[in-house]
Amino acid sequence: MSPILELTNVTQRFGGLTAVDDVTLSVMPGEVVGLIGPNGAGKTTLVNVITGVYRGTGTIVFDGQRIEALKPYQISRLGVARTYQVVQPFPEMTALENVMAPATFAHAGVSLTTAREKAAEALDFVGLGAEKDKRASSLTLAGRKRLELAKSLAMEPKVLLLDEVNAGLNPAEIDVAVDLIRRIAARGVTIIIIEHLMKVVMNLCTRIVVLHHGAKIAEGAPDTVTSDPAVIEAYLGNRYAKRAAERAAAAAGGAHG
Amino acid sequence: MNKGQTMHRVAVALTLIAVALIAALPALSDNYLLRLGTMGAMYAILALSWNIIGGFAGYPSFSTAAFFGLGAYSGAILQGAGLPMPLAWVAAGLIAMAFATLLGLAILHLKGHYFAIASLVVAEVLLEITTSWTSLTGGGMGLNLPIIRISIDAQARLFFWSMLAIAVMALGMNYWVSRHRLGFGLMCIRQNEDAASMVGINTTLYKVTAFALSAVLVGAAGALYASWVFYIEPPDVFATLTSVKPIVMAMLGGAGTVLGPAIGAVLFLAMEELVWRNLLQIHAAALGLLIVALIFFLPGGLLGLVTGKRKRRVVAKKGETTSNSAVKGGAA
Ligand SMILES: Nc1ncnc2c1ncn2[C@@H]1O[C@H](COP(=O)(O)OP(=O)(O)OP(=O)(O)O)[C@@H](O)[C@H]1O
Ligand SMILES: [Mg+2]
Repeated sequence: MSPILELTNVTQRFGGLTAVDDVTLSVMPGEVVGLIGPNGAGKTTLVNVITGVYRGTGTIVFDGQRIEALKPYQISRLGVARTYQVVQPFPEMTALENVMAPATFAHAGVSLTTAREKAAEALDFVGLGAEKDKRASSLTLAGRKRLELAKSLAMEPKVLLLDEVNAGLNPAEIDVAVDLIRRIAARGVTIIIIEHLMKVVMNLCTRIVVLHHGAKIAEGAPDTVTSDPAVIEAYLGNRYAKRAAERAAAAAGGAHG
Repeated sequence: MNKGQTMHRVAVALTLIAVALIAALPALSDNYLLRLGTMGAMYAILALSWNIIGGFAGYPSFSTAAFFGLGAYSGAILQGAGLPMPLAWVAAGLIAMAFATLLGLAILHLKGHYFAIASLVVAEVLLEITTSWTSLTGGGMGLNLPIIRISIDAQARLFFWSMLAIAVMALGMNYWVSRHRLGFGLMCIRQNEDAASMVGINTTLYKVTAFALSAVLVGAAGALYASWVFYIEPPDVFATLTSVKPIVMAMLGGAGTVLGPAIGAVLFLAMEELVWRNLLQIHAAALGLLIVALIFFLPGGLLGLVTGKRKRRVVAKKGETTSNSAVKGGAA
């Protein structure tokens, strides 16, 4: 099987700052890849480069096609959808109209009537069906995060880039969101998820990629990556490592007793 | 049939009746009224055209005067060269449209004030060019148009009906845009342009299309105006006020709605005739006050006030009513 998304030597500079530093990464269809790293590591910038917001150097191949020179609307029409770390609704439209937009424009020849049906479906899927006629700006934060998800789903993407969709949610809301992401993955959508909550990352991801100062410093199975000294040093911190070790020990002890 | 659809049909029916009544104006054979009607139709064309780029897409264009003046001079020069009058009007519209397409490609990547200022400067530049290119435009001396060999009354009726026909086209254009994916896409662009491109909207294409549509009928109206008044000069057809007034009219009636700019144009004309004729000295001040009052007290325009109440919502942001009516209309 060939990768659905393949980045080769991708670099993005802002003046003197190298926000993404020579990243090479390949993602197979159906994977759920966790993208972690400290604040300012370049995670959001990497998403912006993939989606065509910034034009860095290096090559990006999506589904067998070079996309690094394409515009955002072209890339999203090919099947790369994203959510924003800071939610970006169309504030004066209702939730339904918000989701109608990607349903209308992501594919050619979709009538507004068809788009409306698709949008209603996506809203039901994320659990916002009852609030479809509310204005986007009047939804709660959890609601607006789910609206972002519904919008990206309405594009029927092959690859979905989730930028901190759980930030600011309470534990109950996070459980709902995680379940939702799992159901999206079960539909066969390849997911790259940026996330600070390790519990969520460990729960969902088949593979983890760690960025630090824009560069990829580790990559691999969740357990391997989280016990990597370089990752602990750069991001997780010793407290996390100790707690993880304790948890592992407790689990092992439990198995014995 | 739901309530929204009923409202929509009532609005369409009332509009058609209003247009029919206005078209019957020459029956009163009052030349003053007919002149006023021609002005009103022209104002409606300008306001409705601005609405496509300013109201739907949210780009505060001050280029109306540039398109108008360009249309006026194109029409006048072509008529002078022997092109029949109606063909000159059509050509002027197309020239304005082509000009807007190129201009849009150049300045529509600018946002907010930067776009507004860039669009404002264009008319000034065209004014300078027109004034100095004496061999083609007559320069500061102005340009006379060929005499038409029909009676004064027949001419008044001809220009009135022609202007009204273009105004109806402008209304139809707004109606079409509001129900088409173009209008929906422009609304997304107005509210969040980055998100708009991320949901798959070719923002450049949509904005340039909107800009071109906002120019075509203005150019034609400019040419018609030139034929109507027989004589044009640069400061008359490239006047900055020609860019400002349509914005005020659209905001008065409701920017981003289909009928709002037309209603605003009629109200504006009425105010101009009734109030300002009598207060000539403070004309500019009155216009300024009206603009300030609109921005502070009537951000959704008069239509926003009406429909906002119907929906039992506080109208806090301009354009609220459009997002609903346009999209609902699309499925009707
Ligand atoms: N448009 C920009 N212009 C200049 N610098 C930028 C721009 N966007 C991001 N940066 C810088 O690039 C670096 C990476 O930022 P980025 O937002 O990608 O980090 P991140 O990993 O997403 O962080 P966080 O976890 O806080 O979201 C930061 O130092 C940031 O200040
Ligand atoms: Mg980020």
